[in-house]
Amino acid sequence: MATLLQIHEPGETPTPHSGGPRLAIGIDLGTTNSVVAVSDKNNPEILRDEDGRALVPSTIAYAPDGSFIVGGLANDLLIERPECVVTSVKRLMGRGLKDVKSLAGVLPFDVEPQTEDESGMVRLKVAGHKLTPVKISADILSALKARAEEHLGHVVDQAVITVPAYFDDGARTATKDAAKLAGIEVLRLVNEPTAAALAYGLDKGTEGTYAVYDLGGGTFDVSILRMEKGVFQVLATGGDAALGGDDFDHVIAEHFLKDKVKDKLNTSEVKMTLMTARRAKECLSTENRDEWSIEIDGNTSYHKLDRATFEGLISPLVEHTIDICKTVSEDASLLPEEIKGVVLVGGSTRIPLVRQKVAELFGKDPLSDINPDEVVAVGAALQAEALTVGSETLLLDVTPLSLGIETMGGMVEKIIPRNTTIPVAKAQEFTTYIDGQTAMTVHATQGEREMVEDNRSLARFELHGIPPMTAGAARIRVTFAVDADGLLTVSAMEDTTGVEAEVAVKPSYGINEEEMAEMLYDSMKYAKDDMEERLLAESRVEAGRNLNAVSAALSKDKHLLSSTQFAEIQAVICQLEDVVKGTDRDAITEAAEQLEKATKDFAEKRMDQGIRMALRGVDVDTLDEQASKG
Amino acid sequence: MIERPALMSVSDAAAKQVQVLLGSRNKPSVGIRIGISTKGCSGMSYTLEFADEKGPFDEILEEKGVTILIDPKATMFIIGTEMDYVVDKLQSGFVFSNPNEKGRCGCGESFHV
Repeated sequence: MATLLQIHEPGETPTPHSGGPRLAIGIDLGTTNSVVAVSDKNNPEILRDEDGRALVPSTIAYAPDGSFIVGGLANDLLIERPECVVTSVKRLMGRGLKDVKSLAGVLPFDVEPQTEDESGMVRLKVAGHKLTPVKISADILSALKARAEEHLGHVVDQAVITVPAYFDDGARTATKDAAKLAGIEVLRLVNEPTAAALAYGLDKGTEGTYAVYDLGGGTFDVSILRMEKGVFQVLATGGDAALGGDDFDHVIAEHFLKDKVKDKLNTSEVKMTLMTARRAKECLSTENRDEWSIEIDGNTSYHKLDRATFEGLISPLVEHTIDICKTVSEDASLLPEEIKGVVLVGGSTRIPLVRQKVAELFGKDPLSDINPDEVVAVGAALQAEALTVGSETLLLDVTPLSLGIETMGGMVEKIIPRNTTIPVAKAQEFTTYIDGQTAMTVHATQGEREMVEDNRSLARFELHGIPPMTAGAARIRVTFAVDADGLLTVSAMEDTTGVEAEVAVKPSYGINEEEMAEMLYDSMKYAKDDMEERLLAESRVEAGRNLNAVSAALSKDKHLLSSTQFAEIQAVICQLEDVVKGTDRDAITEAAEQLEKATKDFAEKRMDQGIRMALRGVDVDTLDEQASKG
Repeated sequence: MIERPALMSVSDAAAKQVQVLLGSRNKPSVGIRIGISTKGCSGMSYTLEFADEKGPFDEILEEKGVTILIDPKATMFIIGTEMDYVVDKLQSGFVFSNPNEKGRCGCGESFHV
């Protein structure tokens, strides 16, 4: 049947099948658990399963035919069929083979020991398949997407996904690729601590510095954020990738079993004991004492535990997180009490002792009204709404390292300095180095150092078709554009002809956070040496340019010189060529001055010649050409 | 002068309802405008809107006391269409029976020619 139509106000006819606005979702894609949320009219809602659970374990089990299940069911298979199950794949996002090898033994799955492919990605052996972390992540995302679609009753194809603040370009790109594979357009990648801060509306609050304390199931992270003019900037992050709620379970389980004679438990007994320990932990966050039973070999034993003992057990672990907080505050050059507010993230922050220690350190009560398991997803959902429907505040991020271009002599010209808010686009003009140069290599680098070899190479491409001109006459405009997700596009255009070349930078996979930190640290450590090296390179380039110009002039107008004069100039050229090879900057400058002096007379003669030719009736164009060649 | 067949026709019920709707709109209107938008899964869908003013190339149709403007881009696709107004138990609205239509999408919101 035909649908019945109504008459609408001009321009307001709805498009078919729209059925109201589509909502974009927020996804907290966690190492252990993931959460999906959606926000409508500034009212965020967590999407739960039929049992009211918000957390979806980030565990995936594959069948030989390639089908997969995600979540609790996959977790159950972990014991029986570990070869089909992947957990914690997030740890491998954007990592190269080398990084993954260093994690070997820690990871509960086989890594395909092949060499890296062109993208530098590793492959995991799961249920007979060879899968990349990106593919596995994509499958988890598509399960989360299906969950959202079931809830909302419409197709979901846009999302804000959160990533740890320490994720580098490689890991961010990998996350974006995974979303694309899952059919999700990533509106924005948001740092997890930033999302938590957004959930508490700190972006609308007063400017200042905030700490986000994130103690999850398997990892601990702390970040210091500065909010300024609606922009959150991550000042410092730190953490322990192997410390979380699971470790609390372990110490309780050990305590329960300390007087047991049997020292080797089978896997299901271990699992059960850990489950009991976990229940005890959760119970003692609200109650003061209780009793739990554990059944081993058909014997049931009973274990009493009160809160004080529990706190005594976990205290060393909690103190460790507090120490990390102190270090991170120092990194940000802040005293803990200078921090304006603290946000708690992660289920383990429900433990009263954790709250108390955090409050003591920062001298204020932490924000904890929003469920700490869900706060990141709430922030992501709010941001997704802001990006689709619009809002007054828009979250901005900053570039973590400077982006620049290689210039003659192996130097780096920074185009976008670090900590620039993104999205941003900046252009700078460059020119050719030798006469008649028709192509140019554009080499984009990332880092703070002065010389290319000390920075990270991002991309390299060539611009061809520059019209042959005198060195320095061509005008090549190089534009660096960083989108809101921190991904870079570099383009180069020659002004007179409009020839253009462009490259989207897919940073090579495999830079890790230590390398990133090291790059920053090195830039400070070597600042003086770098400057010296740069000045040397500059003088070399300058000398090279002069040598080129003089030899071009000599080949054209040698007849203007007597043989003595010619020999004299040749000698100076040789001397300059010699010192350029060395590292004595002063010697180069001196030799370059010598050359200038020696050729002064020659230059004047060429000038005179030019004028004489003009008087003879040579037209202006030819004269110009001559002059430019001089 | 030979009378051209009307571009499209309007049923009595549709004409009456259009007059009612125009009367209840708190704004002076020259009539209604029919157009085609290239949206929907089957290619095209009808747009039906009040017209505040006449567009320079609109086809104008005066029938049964209502003025209908037809978007010039739409004329080719709606020649011979009859516009009717249907009231059934659950809903009421306008229906186009268009001899040019060759198919509709499952939900009936869009069509192709």
